[in-house]
Amino acid sequence: MNTLVWALASAGALASALAVIVQRNPFISAIALLGNLASLATLYLLLQSDFVAAAQIMVYAGAIMVMFLFVIAYIGPRGEVQDERRRGWQIGAACAAAGAILVEVAWTVGRSGLTSAATVKDDFGSPKHVGELFLTRYVGAFEIVSLLLLVAAIAAVVLGAGARPNRVRMDERQAKVRAARQLAAQREPGA
Amino acid sequence: MTPDVGNYLLVSAAMFTIGLVGVIVRRSPLVVLLSLELMLNSANLVLVAFGRYHGGQDGQIFALVVMGVAAAEVVVGLGLIVAMERRRMLLDTDEIAELRG
Repeated sequence: MNTLVWALASAGALASALAVIVQRNPFISAIALLGNLASLATLYLLLQSDFVAAAQIMVYAGAIMVMFLFVIAYIGPRGEVQDERRRGWQIGAACAAAGAILVEVAWTVGRSGLTSAATVKDDFGSPKHVGELFLTRYVGAFEIVSLLLLVAAIAAVVLGAGARPNRVRMDERQAKVRAARQLAAQREPGA
Repeated sequence: MTPDVGNYLLVSAAMFTIGLVGVIVRRSPLVVLLSLELMLNSANLVLVAFGRYHGGQDGQIFALVVMGVAAAEVVVGLGLIVAMERRRMLLDTDEIAELRG
């Protein structure tokens, strides 16, 4: 039973991960990542990490992905890079390097002699235990993460609202394109 | 019969490599950020799997901290993308090369 659920969740996770990097439309990529996160939450449940699974759904699927979808909707079709094709050898080299890492890890795992997991109590990974650890031994990490999130929120406000669009220098390349178009329009007033 | 920790490690490694290929191959900064999420999540899976293997809950704490860091990273990354959009820059990681040495 567990093996069946594991196989289904793993297949879902890998298929949706592939969909994330293959899809041209960033919106569909984000939806695929949502499926990936749900599959991972299933795997966490199999590993008896209930609280992490719940946090995965709430924090990732609930908060982070909504932020992604908002930005994708805000940017619109400009989020898709036109003519996004790498040269063949670039894709080949990237896949070969990644495949080499995968083979290396698989080989190491195969020889590592990791076999059966430790036996744990039924309330392993319950919010009670995780919260206790967070507020005792790892209280420093807890506070630093809260500080980090605060700084990130300030940074987002500064980045998003800092410069007024009409006073910003246009990107050089696009300014050139625009100037060339104006020149062409002046030469051919009818066009 | 339950899958042992090695199976989870293999899934995680495969996910990490998929994310790595995405970061290298894709040029849209949005998709690069999504691929980064894949890589962070695969690391989380390893942390949780090893935590379960050793019977300790410290790995889960680490995974939760990684989630917080990922949230901060996404906030800054999306903020940068929105700022680029407001400046009408091309959203293409090959074109954003002004800091290249």
